[in-house]
Amino acid sequence: MFKFLIDRDTWQEVFDSFSKNKLRSILTMVGVWWGILLLIGLLGSARGLENAFNRLFGDFATNSIFVMGNTTSMPFKGFQEGKRVQLTLTDIKKVEENVEGIEFVVPRNITQSLVVRNFLSGRFSIMGDYPILDKVKKKKLIHGRFINQNDISDRKKVAVISDDIYKQLFQKEEDAIGTYIQINSINYKVIGVYQTGTMNFGPSEDVHIPFSTFQQVYNKGEKIGFLMITGKPEYDIQQIEEDSKLLLKNLNNIHPKDSQAFRSFNLGKEFAKLTGFLTGMQFLTWFVGIATLIAGVFAIGNILLITVKERTKEIGIRRALGATPFEIKRQIVVEAVFLTLVAGLFGIITGGWILIILDHFFGQGAEATLVNASVSIAVVFIALIILVVLGTLIGLIPAFKATSIKPIEALREE
Amino acid sequence: MLEIRQLHKSYPIGDSSLHVLKGIDLSVEEGEMVAIMGSSGSGKSTLLNIIGMLDEADEGEYILDGLAIKNLTEKKAAVYRNKFLGFIFQSFNLINYKNALENVALPLYYQGMKRKERQELAMFHLEKVGLANWAQHLPKELSGGQNQRVAIARALAANPKLLLADEPTGALDTQTSHEIMAFIQQLNDEGKTILMVTHEEDIANMCKRIVRLRDGVIIEDTKVTQVRAEQYV
Repeated sequence: MFKFLIDRDTWQEVFDSFSKNKLRSILTMVGVWWGILLLIGLLGSARGLENAFNRLFGDFATNSIFVMGNTTSMPFKGFQEGKRVQLTLTDIKKVEENVEGIEFVVPRNITQSLVVRNFLSGRFSIMGDYPILDKVKKKKLIHGRFINQNDISDRKKVAVISDDIYKQLFQKEEDAIGTYIQINSINYKVIGVYQTGTMNFGPSEDVHIPFSTFQQVYNKGEKIGFLMITGKPEYDIQQIEEDSKLLLKNLNNIHPKDSQAFRSFNLGKEFAKLTGFLTGMQFLTWFVGIATLIAGVFAIGNILLITVKERTKEIGIRRALGATPFEIKRQIVVEAVFLTLVAGLFGIITGGWILIILDHFFGQGAEATLVNASVSIAVVFIALIILVVLGTLIGLIPAFKATSIKPIEALREE
Repeated sequence: MLEIRQLHKSYPIGDSSLHVLKGIDLSVEEGEMVAIMGSSGSGKSTLLNIIGMLDEADEGEYILDGLAIKNLTEKKAAVYRNKFLGFIFQSFNLINYKNALENVALPLYYQGMKRKERQELAMFHLEKVGLANWAQHLPKELSGGQNQRVAIARALAANPKLLLADEPTGALDTQTSHEIMAFIQQLNDEGKTILMVTHEEDIANMCKRIVRLRDGVIIEDTKVTQVRAEQYV
């Protein structure tokens, strides 16, 4: 059955009929070529965009929530509305123990302070942090290290600063590690400099000092500024947010329906929206690509139909010489598949070039719009299979048309 | 060799139908060379097409070499055509983008013969018609007579039992016609059975038997003394 596929004569016939109608064949193939080109180009770009988003979010655990105390908007249990909500370390512990699906709960403190070094100064956000923050919000350290458990236990006066501050307080190329900066007239030793992420949620963060040091220096006691929660991947982050908030309301005597009591930001939810958008874009890409492909394949079918009409007499001659209808059909289907495949392969190759060009112009550097714009081999295979299937199906139409005419009528054709 | 009994064929034309063959009885022995004559519309081409299995009779029997040709599927007809019949057409009917050798080899291709064997056999037949040096030429690069000789080589390639010629000299000048006829006579001398449709008396007289058709019936069936074509060449 498939012997004819490796038969030189089969391909001689295909080649003959192709070279006989060069221009027309090429014009036809443009349709399929364009379809595949679009598919590969768009899918690759969509992937690149997704990768770029992932890189932006890369510093964050994407299934995380910020919760910050605000003021109540409903009276509850004898408390007037407008009560200031102050979260404490006890709350954190309770949340960690009671809410299902929690991975980390990270308490944080925040304040604004004047930071001075030699003659340079500025107002910056000072954060009191635990080492665990690194798990929730990855710090890309350029120099030195992040806060560790020793710093917490000994309440060390150390600071990890962002490269933004470094630029404002230090000379170019100056080694910041081991030098001192003054925050509210207290000296802190710089132990690390990190690169600011391209995206930030929640309050801006500039200087990180140990949580315990912050407690002591700013006299915070058990009070905390806000907390970050990350959920385990298999749990619904929205449910975790609701559960945590409800628990916090319960602990702090807040009306369960009070929506103003906390300021929060669910990164997981926002990220899901974005992922949804990306999925939508991929779907659109497949849709547009395949629709174009189908249009292209139809064009091939159309041309083959015309070719078959023109070759009616030739087909008649072949049948008079002993070609069976099956042999005629097979030949036409092979031609259709061949045209679609060649056009498709060419489309895949040029699609690859397009992605290389896109990568060259938009894919370089840290701020790139498209990161590693590419398509997987699986996609290429799927596209090829689609081409073969469509080519076969569309080839069947002219094939049946060709053998529907009786040989005697075909021979009479001029 | 060939036996036809009470063959009828009609074609629908609008609501009515045209009765083209009205009961043909014909029997051809092996080695005969028969000319079928008649004016246009007499049904001679229809008869040839039915014999060539390109068309099917409505009624009657057709036995070719002991095999009843009836209710053929397209596939079977194709196989029989390939095996038993060789066609020579008025307009040569060569495939214009294939060279002489490939054209001759085509029936062998459909027989499933291997490429090498096929080309050797095709070359042998091209030599036989004296066109070995033109094997690689396309039909448009050959003269009418040469094209018809390629077509004859093609008809011979599959070594058929019966050679069917539909006005083989219709598109050729007298000189070339005689050359072609001389060649066909030579084939008949070698034992091939030949059936030929023509409306030219002198060509018909170069056969051994003339069957005349008028309005779908045979009105005359006579053996004639063959006029040899060589004498005109």
